[in-house]
Amino acid sequence: MKARFLTLLVLVAALVIGMVIPAAAQDEIFRVAVVAPSATDDLAFSQSMYDALVAIRDEMGEDAFQFDFQDGTFVVDDAAVALRDWASSGEYDLIIAHGSQFGSVVEELAPDFPEVSFAWGTDVNTFGLDNVFAYTAAAEEGGYINGALAAEMTESGVIGVVGPIEVGDAKAYVDGFVAGAAATNPDVEVNVVYIQSFSDITLATEAANTHVENGSDILTGTAQMVVGPIAVALDDGIPWFGTQTSQAELAAESGMVFQVYDWVPMLNDIMAQIDEGVLGGTSYTITLENEGLVMEISEFAGMEDDAVEELQAKIDELTEGIVSGDIVIFPEEDMEATEESSD
Amino acid sequence: MLDEIFTASVFAATIRLATPYLFAALGEMYAQRSGLLNLGVDGIMLVGSFAGFYQVYQGGSLLEGVIAAMFVGALMGLAMAFISVTLKAEQGISGIGLYLFGLGMSELLFQSLLGTPRTVSGFPDIYIPGLSDIQFLGIGQIFFQHNLLVYVAFALVPISAFILNKTPFGLNIRAVGQMPAAADAMGVSVSRVRYITSTIGGAMAGLAGASLSIALIGAYQQNLTSGMGFIAVALVYFGAWRPYGVMAGALLFSFVNALQLQINVIGFDIPTEFTVMAPPIITILALVITSKSKEKPTELTKPFERGT
Repeated sequence: MKARFLTLLVLVAALVIGMVIPAAAQDEIFRVAVVAPSATDDLAFSQSMYDALVAIRDEMGEDAFQFDFQDGTFVVDDAAVALRDWASSGEYDLIIAHGSQFGSVVEELAPDFPEVSFAWGTDVNTFGLDNVFAYTAAAEEGGYINGALAAEMTESGVIGVVGPIEVGDAKAYVDGFVAGAAATNPDVEVNVVYIQSFSDITLATEAANTHVENGSDILTGTAQMVVGPIAVALDDGIPWFGTQTSQAELAAESGMVFQVYDWVPMLNDIMAQIDEGVLGGTSYTITLENEGLVMEISEFAGMEDDAVEELQAKIDELTEGIVSGDIVIFPEEDMEATEESSD
Repeated sequence: MLDEIFTASVFAATIRLATPYLFAALGEMYAQRSGLLNLGVDGIMLVGSFAGFYQVYQGGSLLEGVIAAMFVGALMGLAMAFISVTLKAEQGISGIGLYLFGLGMSELLFQSLLGTPRTVSGFPDIYIPGLSDIQFLGIGQIFFQHNLLVYVAFALVPISAFILNKTPFGLNIRAVGQMPAAADAMGVSVSRVRYITSTIGGAMAGLAGASLSIALIGAYQQNLTSGMGFIAVALVYFGAWRPYGVMAGALLFSFVNALQLQINVIGFDIPTEFTVMAPPIITILALVITSKSKEKPTELTKPFERGT
């Protein structure tokens, strides 16, 4: 009887140990799950996050960091299902909803899973929840620099901008670009078209064509549908300024300067907080100052070394001005005008 | 102000933008006139656009790109015919299935073979000697400064009208779509005609995809069509199943798109949301107006069973 009891005890102990040991092993790996609206290779918003996670994995190693990335999930309801599944599984240390359209889902979901950490962006609202981080990009900073450079470069005095929908970091970039161009040369005309879609490449292409036919000799744009406008820039041999990720290879000799989102420092900070038991409550903004935004000159543009150095000097000067506060991207009177028009 | 809005470049853009719609909708028209509704046009366009692009990206000629796009399109059209005609599956559902297959397949091929968006040198614009220089009302720029596929698309309109209305094959198509039992009694193979029209429709949808990736855009990214194939299906209804009607629909839809871009570029004070809403609203209104068309194939979506 005693032998049977001991055998049973050993079996139960083995079972418990068997369950506990893998869980402990899992705890050593930091696991992240991400839902994103477009593809991981969109040369834009989703890719910026994917690249950051790959960089962290490369640095930490797969035995310390792993991530699951569900891309192409533009529909909020689909994203909500994935987010709830991940949160319910308890397998992830951090769940990221990478898209401003997912905010309401995070706000609804996070209170149901107080032990799970969520992050979402681009926005600054953590909804007052202790397990939600928020993040955004001060895209207007790189937009301002690109706009200033483009205003110096244009010969026709007309620049074309192709935007998706007038929200979030897309709007910030476009507004910053317009402000930078106006501050550099008030006579430069910046024509902005929002095509009301993040994915309609055909319409974005035609928007770029329309810009060119109306005199634009420089193009810029934001979101994943810029592949079309980049092709137009290449075809017409005119400069292209980009944002979110480097589009240098695609834009080839047309590519000039790209504002690249680097989410790595922010993610590292979030991970450090989670390791210390802080699951949320912080809002992050990547900026030129904290090096979450990086301005990159295209290596494919075929510029002479002198020209690259000159361009880099201008970028450095503008960056310094923005970081120090000497350059105010949206002067107060413009802000007021913007608020009035939005009313 | 009006001369700033209604420029020659707006009308030229209208012609350009209408091209993929025209290819896809004309092809779908053949299928629908024979009684087959293929809602998978967008999926075929996606695979066709990738096939055409990849062929050119790999160093093939633009003509080879067109052939590749039409070939895979024809195969998918054939598959649709097999499912709808031979297996007699519900056409709406199988069309959606075909669309999802095309969406997934093009994504898979893109990820496996390209991995990131790429560009190619697409069809160059061909300036028709003598005609492209006509300055009067911008006629030269509007009609005679386009790439080859634009000319082909518009040439297919009268050709399709001729085939449908003046040839025995066209008569068979119409008969199979209106009275398949009578056509069958007259010795016309309903299945054969529907197989042929579905394959033609598929090939033209593939060509529509190629007209985006290796002509209009010159680049490839996932979901390149953004639902254009569904608009093409609607344009067949809009055009009352007639080639010239389809062309009118494609031109109207494209004109509104080109116009809203021009209005926004020149900074005319209309909310962009309003101008962007205009194309689908006009399409819906036109569909309502044309819904009672006499040309509508009475047997559309109905599988043919001999003796029923």
